[in-house]
Amino acid sequence: MPEGRSPILELQGITKSFGGVEALRGVDFALLPGEIHGLVGENGAGKSTLMKIIAGVHTEFSGRFLIDGQETHFRSARDAHAAGIAMVHQELSVAPDLTVAENVFLGNQPTNRLGLVQWRRMAREAGEQLSRFGIDVDPMSRLGDLPIGLQQLIEIARVLFSGARIVILDEPTSALSPPEVERLFTTLRRLREQGTAIVFISHFIEDILRVSDTVTVFRNGRKVAETASTATSKGALIEAMIGRGGEALEHSYSDDLMLPRPSDSSVVLKVDQLSLARSLNDVSFEARAGEVLGIYGFMGCGQQELSRILFGKLKPDAGTLAVDGKPKTFASTAAARRAGVALVPESRRAMLFHQEPVYKNISISILDRISSLLLKPAQERDIAQRQVEQLQIRPPVVGLDLGMLSGGNQQKVALAKWLTYPPKLLVLCEPTRGMDVGAKNDVINIVRDLRAKGLAIIVLSTEPETVLSLADRILVLKRGAVVREFKNEPVSKDRLLEAA
Amino acid sequence: MASSETAPAAGQRAKGLAPFLRSQMRNIAPFLTLIFLSGFFALASPSFATIDNLGNILTQVSVTGIIAVGLTFVILCAEIDLSIAGIANVTGIAVAYFTLQESYVNIPNIPLAGAAAILLALLLCAALGLVNALGLTVIGIPSFIMTLAMMQIAAGISALLVRGQIAYKVPSLITTLGSGSIGGIPWIVIVAAIMLLGGHLVLTYTRFGRYVYMVGGNREAAEYSGLNVKLILGAVMVISAVCSGIGGMLGVAHFGSAQQNEFDTYLLDSIAAVVVGGTSLFGGRGGIGNTIVGLFVLGVLNNGLDHVNIDSFLKILIRGVILLMALIINVYAQRLREKAAD
Repeated sequence: MPEGRSPILELQGITKSFGGVEALRGVDFALLPGEIHGLVGENGAGKSTLMKIIAGVHTEFSGRFLIDGQETHFRSARDAHAAGIAMVHQELSVAPDLTVAENVFLGNQPTNRLGLVQWRRMAREAGEQLSRFGIDVDPMSRLGDLPIGLQQLIEIARVLFSGARIVILDEPTSALSPPEVERLFTTLRRLREQGTAIVFISHFIEDILRVSDTVTVFRNGRKVAETASTATSKGALIEAMIGRGGEALEHSYSDDLMLPRPSDSSVVLKVDQLSLARSLNDVSFEARAGEVLGIYGFMGCGQQELSRILFGKLKPDAGTLAVDGKPKTFASTAAARRAGVALVPESRRAMLFHQEPVYKNISISILDRISSLLLKPAQERDIAQRQVEQLQIRPPVVGLDLGMLSGGNQQKVALAKWLTYPPKLLVLCEPTRGMDVGAKNDVINIVRDLRAKGLAIIVLSTEPETVLSLADRILVLKRGAVVREFKNEPVSKDRLLEAA
Repeated sequence: MASSETAPAAGQRAKGLAPFLRSQMRNIAPFLTLIFLSGFFALASPSFATIDNLGNILTQVSVTGIIAVGLTFVILCAEIDLSIAGIANVTGIAVAYFTLQESYVNIPNIPLAGAAAILLALLLCAALGLVNALGLTVIGIPSFIMTLAMMQIAAGISALLVRGQIAYKVPSLITTLGSGSIGGIPWIVIVAAIMLLGGHLVLTYTRFGRYVYMVGGNREAAEYSGLNVKLILGAVMVISAVCSGIGGMLGVAHFGSAQQNEFDTYLLDSIAAVVVGGTSLFGGRGGIGNTIVGLFVLGVLNNGLDHVNIDSFLKILIRGVILLMALIINVYAQRLREKAAD
């Protein structure tokens, strides 16, 4: 840890609660100029809340907030921005219909004296900035046409080059390929040389250890450890995060894992020669009862579209689906649900009602089974309460608005929606993305339970660990086509990456 | 009022009073507006705060109330229906068109039995609502544009039916419900009360009502929960058209005549009642309770301005300003709630 410098940002005794639920309890946090500060902790441990306080998103909290030793109180994110604080949020916030250059200069395009945008200058400067970041792309191309990883890199670049003194990155690497992560780290190190203070939040502990100078660990709204990254290890950090021996939980999957002999139970889903415009090309596979089928591929390989077709949200251009041997063409998601198909999409926002209580979120998919005309709220609450207890959702209050729950707990609610009357086929997209070790483990156990109950489960993920930890059989999807099937043979992270 | 919000509210009380009040801003603000307006007019005019005048206000808001029931469903789904007044007008004209008129009414109409006339008129408004529904869900025309076109289509059918003339007779059942009274209470007030109560019960206690709130709260999530979102959206468009049709038939009996452009002011009034009451324009929040408060705010305002000495041309402007204020509160309340839930 660099010595002899005074902190650029200092927080003392920060406490923040959301309606009686304390998200932060008396947290002290200091950030030095020219430091990369890693932040780890389970979902709901308080990392994101603390960062949102720093970025001026949450303005009500107790405790002291000092910038350059001066006590400050931001009233909005704009104030924080003016003070030189910039944040890259977990979810992409770009304008896909604008050009790359416009996105880089979003909000402060260079203009001439008449106030007209200087397109040529903007394109040139955007190109220069991006190439310093190692991104080689035509600044005048439409951003939405680029791969997601590149879009995320461009968004990060925009924030990094905005001249901010303090940059907060929340899970910046989750959508990036390994070489892209490398470029990001090189840039972060260069910014550190220039004196920028960087906060780096990630669930990838290896990334944190590689790039940061200092690591702070959060647990249950408290700071439980702060150490130089050279003086700690992955195991030690995980132990601090979850407060119990963590070695067994995090499997590295670098060694070969033996996939079981393929199941000969009944075929629940048969997909035949599915094609969709530029996304999917002649995809065929089967999913069997009591089996977890993993579908692995890089971002943009067609997984998302495939999952939408299975749930009746998208219509394929060609190909057929059959559930339990009966051909189906789903006209709507309602038809897919009736046929016994359930989907948990990768974005929680897309399937949950944040302003509604937990029990209404859980009961929405099964209302037609428990009530014909009139609602039965007591029964809804009972069912929800059982799910909340079974999945250990915290806090276990079914009347609480969903928005009050942490991300990992929201993900469990998303699963709980489908579990009271289990479907025949459960399609899970990125079921553990952005989750901490403990919550990941919970989800893995839930999925294994469901498999034991005889559900056919499809897990689609861009994270090899997710697929390896869950799947009995693995398909590798590449540019919309199945390029490899792993079954009854050894598989490892390396083999998967190689196939993709 | 607004008991549809009390269930989630109970769970939030633990958070403390200030956030609770903030999250309930959309229910509290219209109520305060109503109390303020009533107090103001009661002080300004001795003839305002009387039992007789309360009866007047109730009668005056009845047609708006009947139309606003269906519109509440639509706005809860984050859609809009601009064809309500047009459909009310054409349905009122249709029921007169199928009724035997006095000999001096020069309309080439088709007189039928009263029950048949009412049934045909109801079928007409339901059919127009179905066209709205299909345009919105199957073709994918935004409801704003779809119902704008329907407004014109309804006006066109009205024009063809009456051809610039005025019809007076409607079936006796409609005459009774529109202009009769029982025990001193006008039937039209009773019908409006029953329809508002019915709407409230459907929204609060039925599965369909829950779906309306969920589709309005987060349409994408509703779809990913396997709800038939298009069916629900289509249903609310038909409900809205049928409520408008009933309002139109009773309105024609209430006014004593059926003619072109008779309901034009009801478009703005109905939307204003729903929105002033605090139902969110972004969907998912509010309900019939809010609409009732909104109806009273508008009713008290319109009626009260007649009781005080004020330039009648200024009234229009005042109504516009009140509506703008309500819209500001509506949007602001949404933001406060999102913050409280953040």
